[in-house]
Amino acid sequence: MKLTIHHLYADMMNLYGDRGNVIAIKKRAEWRGIAVEVVDVGLGESISPTSSADLFLFGGGQDREQTLLVEDLSGMKGADLRAVVEDGGVVLGVCGGYQLMGHYYETPEGQKLPGIGVFDMYTRPRRGDEARLIGNVLARVRAPEEDGVVHEVAGFENHGGRTELGDDAEPFADVIVGYGNNGRDGTEGARRLNAYGTYLHGSLLPKNPWLTDQLVLGALRRVDDRAELEPLDDSAERDAFASVANRLRKG
Amino acid sequence: MPGVMARRVDPKVLEKLSRRLRRGSVAITGTNGKTTTTRMVSKILHTAGIRAVNNSTGANLVTGVTAALVSDTSLSGRPASEMGLFEVDEASVPRVAEEAQLSLLAVLNLFRDQLDRYGELSYTAKVIASAFPDLPPDGSVVLNADDPLVANLGRGTKNPVFFGVEDPALDTGKLQHIADSKDCPVCGTALSYEAVYFGHVGVYRCPNCSFARPEPAYRATRVRMDGPRGTDFLLTTPGGEHEARIGLPGLYNVYNALAAAAVAIEAGVEAEDVVRGLRAFGGAFGRVERVRVGEKEVFLLLIKNPVGFNEILRTFVASPAERANADRAGHVLIAINDNDADGRDVSWLWDVDFEMLAEAVTPGGAVPRFYVTGIRAEDMAVRLKYAELPVHSVIPDRKEALLAALGATPPGETLYVLPTYTTMLELRQTLSDLGHTHPFWEDK
Repeated sequence: MKLTIHHLYADMMNLYGDRGNVIAIKKRAEWRGIAVEVVDVGLGESISPTSSADLFLFGGGQDREQTLLVEDLSGMKGADLRAVVEDGGVVLGVCGGYQLMGHYYETPEGQKLPGIGVFDMYTRPRRGDEARLIGNVLARVRAPEEDGVVHEVAGFENHGGRTELGDDAEPFADVIVGYGNNGRDGTEGARRLNAYGTYLHGSLLPKNPWLTDQLVLGALRRVDDRAELEPLDDSAERDAFASVANRLRKG
Repeated sequence: MPGVMARRVDPKVLEKLSRRLRRGSVAITGTNGKTTTTRMVSKILHTAGIRAVNNSTGANLVTGVTAALVSDTSLSGRPASEMGLFEVDEASVPRVAEEAQLSLLAVLNLFRDQLDRYGELSYTAKVIASAFPDLPPDGSVVLNADDPLVANLGRGTKNPVFFGVEDPALDTGKLQHIADSKDCPVCGTALSYEAVYFGHVGVYRCPNCSFARPEPAYRATRVRMDGPRGTDFLLTTPGGEHEARIGLPGLYNVYNALAAAAVAIEAGVEAEDVVRGLRAFGGAFGRVERVRVGEKEVFLLLIKNPVGFNEILRTFVASPAERANADRAGHVLIAINDNDADGRDVSWLWDVDFEMLAEAVTPGGAVPRFYVTGIRAEDMAVRLKYAELPVHSVIPDRKEALLAALGATPPGETLYVLPTYTTMLELRQTLSDLGHTHPFWEDK
């Protein structure tokens, strides 16, 4: 089987080590003998799902770049991505990418940039008296996952925007340490079918290998519903997770 | 802290003291190389017989600049120096420019390691540009022509002075996976590059609008890397051409030297003194240090961000010359902390191109032996694992790690230590505690 990683706006949105997420998916698939192709989907290029397993990554960018790609996203590409999500396709949106998966993202200048609306949520800019939300995060994922375990995730957040979930949105996780969506209601990210959105950027997947595997497995199962992944030796990843998690729990 | 106190006693103290400097003040800012460039200018001014007052490393906010001037001033209020030479944190540029009445401001580059603190690069650029109106009418801004975001700052000022490298042999042929600013700062179109030297630094133009790399008045051409020993290049100034040499490795130090030359010459120094000063320059405290430990050598190379890390890997670890010199691939200790001074977000490790090492290691060839340490040792180990590079030991304790790596380094060989800022301080202290001190460590 072959896995294709569709990296949306890789050339514009690769900030905060998004590359780490691509590398983690690629390596963990390759270590199991699954061939991986990474396809960069830039401005003006359309999403083209393959006949095999597909995984879509939508990373974080800077405000300037966000404005540029909203127009691109408002056409066919946004509609295609929405269709992928509704059809149960595997999508991971991080930071700026996550924000654009909601109804809209309001810029600090007050401009409302429309998102693709797969999550019932919007993002407003921080007010003058509010700080950027920056720091390490430890969060507990809402539901037990494929493996029956309620997992925790660790990462780093750095965002000015405050995301408010609507009634139809399911949070991805509950914050144990950190700010999450808005620093107020204790939620982190959003989840719908096989689409995940999160503020935890960069080294999210390398340190949380269960999530990487879940994305890969989700993509494979779309082609073969009996697909399984061989276990790997994750001791290095677990050590890295435990090191930061223990430190955060101690405060 | 004297700067804070002095400002409390007299909020206008920096402005008043600055006025008394006969030759005015110059400041150097940018993400990478502020300290090295400032020290280079300092050495050049010293060579030219000009007494300048400097702020010390780590004191590059307005209080640090004030403290430097206060301690340079006699009780009667007269400064001992003729000129102010300051390295200034990007966010502090507007206040320093206004209060210290800068006559010259140099901007080296804008990379992403400040994101933790200031949000975003384009914002940082705006902050720096907001200082330009405070420069006097005859003042000027010295800018890196090869960094699009920095070069673009020239559009907001009357007489920008550009410096840049022109050497097609240095073209890496690819943009590194670091997206700091590959798009036109004017219209947002992806820039097209004729040469990429590192990161987003190179020779570029916008295919859509008129934005292009400006013609530099100060140029480095015919750059010849002489391994860790130094670098030669042809320095072109508005006054002519000069053979220059610096005792530092890496193209990024050529940029620092170019910026230093431009600042010094624009401040009225003769080109001959510039070349002599650069040649005499030994390296800034802590950036590159060699320490002899018995029959072994420790080479400390400070890492600050992905671009700097890539350059160090390319120069020391992956370079065929280096590996040919030593029969063995060598021993490398990587030390990563995530304190404020290091950057709290370690996701930047994923932007470092460790994959180039895996590519550089030929089948059957020697692989460097990696030790990792620091608060984020485990994250570093994961990063190496995913670059398919073997990790020899993960030892979070800095002292234990240094002893282990040193112990494994054979006599006559070099241990390369790649620390972030606060691990560098810790490791240097450890070396000092072990009795291995070195004159280069004097901070002067």
